[in-house]
Amino acid sequence: MVTVLADADLRLNANVVDYMLLAMYFLLVIGIGYMARRRVSTSLDFFLSGRSLPAWVTGLAFISANLGAIEVMGMSANGAEYGMPTAHYFWIGAVPAMLFLGIVMMPFYYGSKVRSVPEFMLRRFGKTAHLVNGISFATAQVLIAGANLFLLASVVNLLLGWPLWVSVVVAAMIVLSYTALGGLSAAIYNEVLQFVVIVAALLPLTIVGLYKVGGWQGLVDKVSAGPGGPEQLSSWPGNQLTGFENNFLSVLGLVFGLGFVLSFGYWTTNFVEVQRALAAKSMSAAQRTPIIGAFPKLLIPFIVIIPGMVAGVAVTELQGENKAALLAGDPAPSGATFNNALLLLMRDLLPNGMLGVAIAGLLASFMAGMAANLSSFNTVFTYDIWQTYLRRNRPDDYYLRVGRVVTVIATVLAIGTAFIASTYANLMDYLQQLFSFFNAPLFATFILGMFWRRMTPAAGWVGLVSGTATAVLVFVLTESGVWVLPGQGGAFVGAGAAFVVDIVVSVAVTAVTAPKPADQLVGLVWSLTPKESRQRSTTGEDAGWYRNPGLLAGIVLVITIVLNIIF
Amino acid sequence: MTTKRSRVAAFDIRLVIALLIGVYGVVLTVMGVAFTPDSEIDRSAGVNINLWAGLGMILVSVAFTLWAVLRPLRLPED
Repeated sequence: MVTVLADADLRLNANVVDYMLLAMYFLLVIGIGYMARRRVSTSLDFFLSGRSLPAWVTGLAFISANLGAIEVMGMSANGAEYGMPTAHYFWIGAVPAMLFLGIVMMPFYYGSKVRSVPEFMLRRFGKTAHLVNGISFATAQVLIAGANLFLLASVVNLLLGWPLWVSVVVAAMIVLSYTALGGLSAAIYNEVLQFVVIVAALLPLTIVGLYKVGGWQGLVDKVSAGPGGPEQLSSWPGNQLTGFENNFLSVLGLVFGLGFVLSFGYWTTNFVEVQRALAAKSMSAAQRTPIIGAFPKLLIPFIVIIPGMVAGVAVTELQGENKAALLAGDPAPSGATFNNALLLLMRDLLPNGMLGVAIAGLLASFMAGMAANLSSFNTVFTYDIWQTYLRRNRPDDYYLRVGRVVTVIATVLAIGTAFIASTYANLMDYLQQLFSFFNAPLFATFILGMFWRRMTPAAGWVGLVSGTATAVLVFVLTESGVWVLPGQGGAFVGAGAAFVVDIVVSVAVTAVTAPKPADQLVGLVWSLTPKESRQRSTTGEDAGWYRNPGLLAGIVLVITIVLNIIF
Repeated sequence: MTTKRSRVAAFDIRLVIALLIGVYGVVLTVMGVAFTPDSEIDRSAGVNINLWAGLGMILVSVAFTLWAVLRPLRLPED
């Protein structure tokens, strides 16, 4: 941290009306925690909402769980830095994988009645792979929860002027109170509420921002004339984002690195996301969860990236020479960073009243991310580590208690990792590193395991470990400067390499080890699962063409292609 | 609200959303009509964003309320 903006420059000028709007939001957040608690009587209620929620609720929660601090602040920062290519994180980097999860993979997850993604690993590949997956997932969640917590606290810090550590602790306590009380239901219902508040905050900001720069055409003119140039206005080929000068390599990096390996790894195997679908009340609803989530996912870039781009040309501290310096990798003369984009824009444009809603939206998004991390962490820890290896065969209410205690412990750990997160300049870079370590090899193992019955338990864990090791190796090489890949290129290459190594190693190990007997793989592998157990019902609350996952997925796909052609 | 068949007290997230966004909408509209000084409106590029966002939120709140009333939660009957 060389130069930082003086706190006073970022202090939002909130008045009593803004605080009242904020207070009302927090009241409802805690209220939802209490109301959800009355429905928690078993551990399944606590960890998976008793598998009872409608698809639109789980679908919005699916998106909101990912729309945390890192996403909103990080993506508006990327918008200010790279412009429209940032939309790839939403379109090519999320939507195809979400559709794939709903159509292809959900029948196995939901149909096999596993309670978590690592539990699927246990049934398919046995204990070693299960432990590798369970422990790495739990570790990643605590780290990411810390990053979310840090951003949440830094906004509270800016707003109220409290010392950072006080903000961290208070913010953590609020999230803890409702997740420990109401479990996944409280987290999911709050995620739905948070989604609405985030949109209520960002949509007006986007509209005012566009007015400020003279509409879309004004934004186009100003961004083209500024540092970064006109290529920031079209999503392809995105050279600045990937760091590849060559157009072909850049497109390849986006399609294979981001679109295939990183995004499929994240969206299809990350329990934070899959858990929301497992809470759905039927197979059809579970399949529709990620597909319904894909509709808002297509549109979120417009209310996250455009404010970032506006900030890059309209906010004094970020425009002109400041943006040029930041793009060159130097500190800006003003001391601002791209991560400040959204806050600076709110400070410049929003009057009291709307300002309160915007602050509520930001805090909502930060809490959504952290609560999602906590609620998935406590499930994996309790079911996959505690119940499977440490304390078996206890009564159900014992595990319910463990879940609540683990939530408290995880919060304390997240407070610790919040301080790790504070040392990284671009939070998205940090997050991408974590993803490539854990997620890319995971997808390779899952997809092989679901469709290739011969794949052996040993291949499962050896493939995972060598894939993860490859990602770490690429990370070390790029960080130490041995292999120079600017922008997000390092993460893409790391993920791609991890994926390929995982596949190669898995195939090689399978050739020399013994597979699981076929009768233990029913419901877990495509060719051994009877067709009727993969099927969803089409009657009652699952009836109607508008509840057909395949058709919905087709509509999403068409919209995605159209958006990619326009931008 | 009918509670004859309910096993647990009905809790409908749609009504919570309608409540929050409805209150936000009313507060912002009042702010926009009476308490947003011209200097603030100039800062927001001449848009009275409190008023417009407030009206929009009232509409959203009404929509969620209608949805919750027209398609009430059905709890499992057993």
